[in-house]
Amino acid sequence: MAVALTVNRKKRMVEADPEKPLLWVLREDLSLVGTKFGCGAGLCGACTVLLDGVAVRSCQTPISEAAGKQVVTIEDVASLPVGKKVVDAWVELDVPQCGYCQAGQIMSATALLTDTPKPGPDDILAGMNGNICRCATYLRIQKAIRKAAGMGEPA
Amino acid sequence: MTAASVINRRSFLVASLAGGAALTFEASLAIAATPAASDPVALGVYIRIAADNTVNISSRNPEIGQGIKTMLPMLIAEELDVAWDQVRITQADGDAKRYGFQIAGGSTATPTQWLPMRQAGAAARAMLVAAAAKQWSVDAATLTTDAGSVIHKASGRTVTYAALAAVAATVPAVDLAKVPLKDPATFRIIGKSVRGVDTPAIVRGTPLFGIDTMLPGMLHAALVKCPVIGGTLASFDDAAVRKIPGILAVVPISSGQVPAGKHDALAIVGQSWWTASKAREKLVAKWDTAEQTGFSTAGYAKQAAALLAAAPQADLFKAGNADAALAKAAKVVTADYSYPFLAHATLEPQNCTAQWSADGKIEFWAPTQAPEWGRKEVATMLGIAPEAITIHMTRIGGGFGRRLMNDYMVLAGQVAKAMPGRPIKLVFDRTDDLRNDYYRPAGWHRMTAGLDEKGALVALKDHFVTFAAGGKPVRAAEMNSTEFPGPVVPDTHFGQSFLATNLTTGWLRAPTSNAMAFVFQGFLDEVAEAAGIDLPELMRRTLGVPRELKPEEGDPPFHTGRARAVIDAVCKFAAWTGKPSSTPGKGRGFGFYFSHRGYFAEIVDVTVTDGAVKVDKVWIAGDIGSQVINPLNAEHQMQGAAIDGLAQALVWQPVVQEAGAVMAENFGDFPLLRLDAVPGDVAITWVKTDFPPTGLGEPTLPPVIPATANAIRAATGKRLRSLPLTLA
Repeated sequence: MAVALTVNRKKRMVEADPEKPLLWVLREDLSLVGTKFGCGAGLCGACTVLLDGVAVRSCQTPISEAAGKQVVTIEDVASLPVGKKVVDAWVELDVPQCGYCQAGQIMSATALLTDTPKPGPDDILAGMNGNICRCATYLRIQKAIRKAAGMGEPA
Repeated sequence: MTAASVINRRSFLVASLAGGAALTFEASLAIAATPAASDPVALGVYIRIAADNTVNISSRNPEIGQGIKTMLPMLIAEELDVAWDQVRITQADGDAKRYGFQIAGGSTATPTQWLPMRQAGAAARAMLVAAAAKQWSVDAATLTTDAGSVIHKASGRTVTYAALAAVAATVPAVDLAKVPLKDPATFRIIGKSVRGVDTPAIVRGTPLFGIDTMLPGMLHAALVKCPVIGGTLASFDDAAVRKIPGILAVVPISSGQVPAGKHDALAIVGQSWWTASKAREKLVAKWDTAEQTGFSTAGYAKQAAALLAAAPQADLFKAGNADAALAKAAKVVTADYSYPFLAHATLEPQNCTAQWSADGKIEFWAPTQAPEWGRKEVATMLGIAPEAITIHMTRIGGGFGRRLMNDYMVLAGQVAKAMPGRPIKLVFDRTDDLRNDYYRPAGWHRMTAGLDEKGALVALKDHFVTFAAGGKPVRAAEMNSTEFPGPVVPDTHFGQSFLATNLTTGWLRAPTSNAMAFVFQGFLDEVAEAAGIDLPELMRRTLGVPRELKPEEGDPPFHTGRARAVIDAVCKFAAWTGKPSSTPGKGRGFGFYFSHRGYFAEIVDVTVTDGAVKVDKVWIAGDIGSQVINPLNAEHQMQGAAIDGLAQALVWQPVVQEAGAVMAENFGDFPLLRLDAVPGDVAITWVKTDFPPTGLGEPTLPPVIPATANAIRAATGKRLRSLPLTLA
């Protein structure tokens, strides 16, 4: 089927099986490979994108569900004011190790800070626990979120 | 402490191979002799100087997140004497002839490259200085360098490297072994915190990883692997699959784990990986697994128990008479320890892109930790010359040792050969990845120790049950005969008994050490308790006077003084008292381990609530010699390694095998550590010594595992001797 959607502020028309996950449409049909395949089961968060502003697992989102919606991926997240702060904090604190999960981490952190501009530890846990980092960069992820939120280090 | 070389024989070989770059260094000068005016000028294999005075440095080793793509160029840039913001970095291809042996493994990059990289930078600098001396007709000794320029102070003249490069490339090559190196006190880049060179690209989603490879006309391949490792393809019916629009071919292939001529996998090739992956449901394949179905997790446990009850089948190390010493010991402590098979679970699934060309050559875009090993395996499987293979190394979404093995290159190579002219990208899904790993092998240990009336450790026995083939432990299933404290206990016996398995085994970050640290430091905590002291004190007494203990041939020696120093440092850092906490449910544990030339002592604070263990804080003291090259990255690696160790201690579940097949399916039944299990802090202190710098990505990991087990003992009174640590 033909699906019309907006990806990173551009209108796109995709011809795809309605069941094809948004992840694979982004990676294969739109050559946007910043969004990562990790588990294909919604368990690791590497494929997180914003769908109408909400963080979703694109591996679990059939393209038919994205029809007519706004998709933001890692390639354009810095165009959002909150996304820009998150990306800048990630660079300043040098958060990545291998870097494979970081697109998903940044998308989840952007959604978290959009909803909760000054997150407490429980908010960070709730917003980020679905994103696995196999290198365990978690200490810097938390630090970067607080930095992007303009918050100091916890006592 | 005196400076001593701790480079072992294997490292020396690697260093010598890298020295092969010295020959190439000269050879490349001929090529560089006649450049066009605007082209960058090569000074050796690693350095190219551009007309705008930026310097491109090739980074020779695979980048798996350990920060090597940034660190090795730091060493070159320091001695070349350029400013870091002038530096641009390129990932080198996998090419041992040009660069020497390239690997991300064994925390070897620092000890093997510390000198060669600096020498490469210093040699190029010397050539630039010689060129300036020639141009100005002055003595080279009167010239200095700074931020990519040569300076003649007496006359106030300055010239950029860019302006000198073409002439520099024609001056006689410098002897790398004799080129003077900087006094470490004058370092401006080494020892300074530098951010990862790829970080800006990672946060923009720029294609970097193997799985991101996109080439014109590229096809995608999904894997259908025999569900039982070692099993072979009996027959298949792909009629239904080939009717699916977008599917081009079904290709029988071999992982290299089955006899030549047999297949153990099928690749479905299509226009889309998602389509190919979905088409697997329609493929009918029959497998011959009769020889493997007898292997199971439950079976191994039963066999191991029977073997432990009997005498060891083989001796690994014997000193004195352990049985006699135990018979007269004042106190005897005995306990059984065990740990399971584990997968690596790199977040980027195994994948590889390959293109077979009409002239019988093949090109790879491979996330491999060991490209030359891959080249060898591909050459054998495809029956081609190693020289017919080109390997581009992509950034790697997690290594942990999984990508020291190159099955994905072997598999992708065969698919590419079947689809000549078309690039094909093979991607494992998560289940393929978990079920076709080179697993950290399980093991069982019956430990026995004897104490004399003063509480000194006088006798030690370990009966180790491990996996072997042909009487030799399989990959990563071996134990070191010099495992501490064996060689310093008067009467010691390390014996082994062997089990068979069909599973492929391999190196997981800090291989063997991640298991042995748990067993030995966990057990020594029990011994200390029996002696009425704490583990740091038992270690001090057992280590004795500072000296080097003789290693196994080819291994670095173990320096008891360096061990002692990190133990004292972490105890001071964490204000260790050895006394139980006054708060119920809180406990502190200690662990020490020496591996990969690094000395690490760690303390873990836990809180146990209703059987749930929460790690509050980890304290680390490490000795990796005289220099931490990139402190920002060192801190990050150590924090990651410690948390990775906590994952093995508390979160990861055993890889379970039934009727020969691995059952793990996804992160539901092979859970990885998430934010909720992260300690509040991982605090680091260094013990700097005069020894040459060594690596830290691996040696930081092992001690945290026994320290956690020992902390749980302190918090609850329960001694946990099997991984993962689980309170019933």
